[in-house]
Amino acid sequence: MESTTPTGAPAVDPAHDASSDAASAEFDAVIAADGRIEPRDAMPDAYRKTLVRQMSQHANSEIIGMQPEGNWITRAPSLMRKAILMAKVQDEAGHGLYLYSAAETLGTSRAEMTDALLAGTARYSSIFNYPTPTWADMGAIGWLVDGAAIVNQVPLCRCSYGPYARAMVRICKEESFHQRQGFEILLTLSRGTAAQHEMAQDAVNRWYAPSLMMFGPPDADSSHSAQSMAWKIKRFSNDELRQRFVDMLVPQAEALGLTLPDEGLRWNEQRGHYDYGELDWAEFKAVLRGEGQCNAQRLTHRRRAHEDGAWVRAAASAYAAKQAAKDDARQEVSAA
Amino acid sequence: MTEQAVTQQAANGPATGTTSSPSSAVDRRDIAEYALRLGDDALVLAQRMGEWVSHAPELEEDVALTNIGLDLLGQARALLGYAGSLTGRTEDELAYFRSDLEFRCAHLMCLPRGDFAATIGRMLVVAAYQWELYERLSESADETLAGIAKKAVKEVAYHLEHARMWTLRLGDGTDESHRRIQVAIDDLWPLVDELFRTDDLEQRLATAGIAVDSSALRGPFDAVIDPILAEATLTRPDVPAAAGGGRHGRPSEHLGHLLAEMQVLARQFPGASW
Repeated sequence: MESTTPTGAPAVDPAHDASSDAASAEFDAVIAADGRIEPRDAMPDAYRKTLVRQMSQHANSEIIGMQPEGNWITRAPSLMRKAILMAKVQDEAGHGLYLYSAAETLGTSRAEMTDALLAGTARYSSIFNYPTPTWADMGAIGWLVDGAAIVNQVPLCRCSYGPYARAMVRICKEESFHQRQGFEILLTLSRGTAAQHEMAQDAVNRWYAPSLMMFGPPDADSSHSAQSMAWKIKRFSNDELRQRFVDMLVPQAEALGLTLPDEGLRWNEQRGHYDYGELDWAEFKAVLRGEGQCNAQRLTHRRRAHEDGAWVRAAASAYAAKQAAKDDARQEVSAA
Repeated sequence: MTEQAVTQQAANGPATGTTSSPSSAVDRRDIAEYALRLGDDALVLAQRMGEWVSHAPELEEDVALTNIGLDLLGQARALLGYAGSLTGRTEDELAYFRSDLEFRCAHLMCLPRGDFAATIGRMLVVAAYQWELYERLSESADETLAGIAKKAVKEVAYHLEHARMWTLRLGDGTDESHRRIQVAIDDLWPLVDELFRTDDLEQRLATAGIAVDSSALRGPFDAVIDPILAEATLTRPDVPAAAGGGRHGRPSEHLGHLLAEMQVLARQFPGASW
């Protein structure tokens, strides 16, 4: 690591808010031409705020998402699984770092985003408020949660904001590995002993509906979707992406020898898609409100890690200051 | 380790298939026992590093500590895989189905992870020891051990640099960080001596050019550690060496707890594949 001091965020130049007619026209033209907005380009305040909200939520999700899987690193049942799981959780920390860095290009510092997460004012994906009581949850998270994330994130590789789009290209490659390892965990369990098969089915039963709800509320109830689509931050609606995910899951579940816990699931010849059952949006909203099994636990864990590390960060800053003072003194001596 | 490396390692399995041709006068059980000692050190320390995930003082450290844990785990798999290939067991049988009395790791590896200073202090000592060890072991007459050591020495060089930089920051940072890293070094110091004790088995293998004589590493180790402690404004402890015994089936009290957690799922489903 090269620096332990909080990364300074570039100051936002008011001239780069697309408030003037000319700047606004330029922004609109880039969006219309399917071009990329870069950090120093003019952009509307609301576009900037939307991106900071979305990217910091995404980064927060990666960081909070380390906990449910970190829960099994010390108990992974084989050394190969332990290595894969450690590499995966490490990837998530790396994704959080890229995304915070990408968001910093919009003028909000990582420290501010971290503070907002710890204060509970910034969100993270609600899925991580579900617990991981069994090893099969490592498979279900990989297959369903990372699977849903990929469906959500692949279109973000073409998002109109350049730094976000570029970060997503790398992240999606790694997510694809994560999903495959989750599928493979479940496949091994499903074909293993009766108890292992039961463990895999139980995990799929618990994660299926929450993973479908990761795409957000139905289009009719989604407050941010229309504007994000217009700005080409978002390319497909929540329901379109959810449908794509369900269509992908059904044949994969068959290959796994596991059932999806959805009585409404059936092929619709007319639509050329699978129909699926009603989702429990009351549960979704309850978890968002903080009433999930692990909301308090996840945030407390994050706060504790941050507070426990305060003396380490202070030491790094103090050491860096001492070294800088020594360098200055040396330069003065050599100048004299 | 990159995801590709993990996938590749997973695909290939550990280095059990490597053919090596140690001298026919050497008992393969000696080599297996020696590989277990090094492998158990790496495995137990990897487990301790795994405990850090999502608890690090900053994100960069979450990445770095996990990276170090992955390196150690890779070394453990290669070494246990080799030991197992000589005795007819798999890496997982060795990792998950031995009791604490059958483990061969030094007591230092078993210390609870403690705070960040305890982790850095131990990493400094272990990486300096392992660097001296693996650099010499890469010349081993046993091709498998030499191959494992050649890869490991590069990884351990990074662990040592990481620990050195943090020892300086903590030692010469704030009063609080200085106090904590000094306490950490003081607490672990009685366990350092065990790393440099040799025995008949190691001497037999060293004579055959296969193992490294641990007692010969103390001087080079001190030559690395002492200047780092001095630059970090830390005092090298002057304390009695603990009796140890980890290499000979007299494990640290901490090991059983660590294994209880590590082995719980594998032992709950004996015979299952994962």
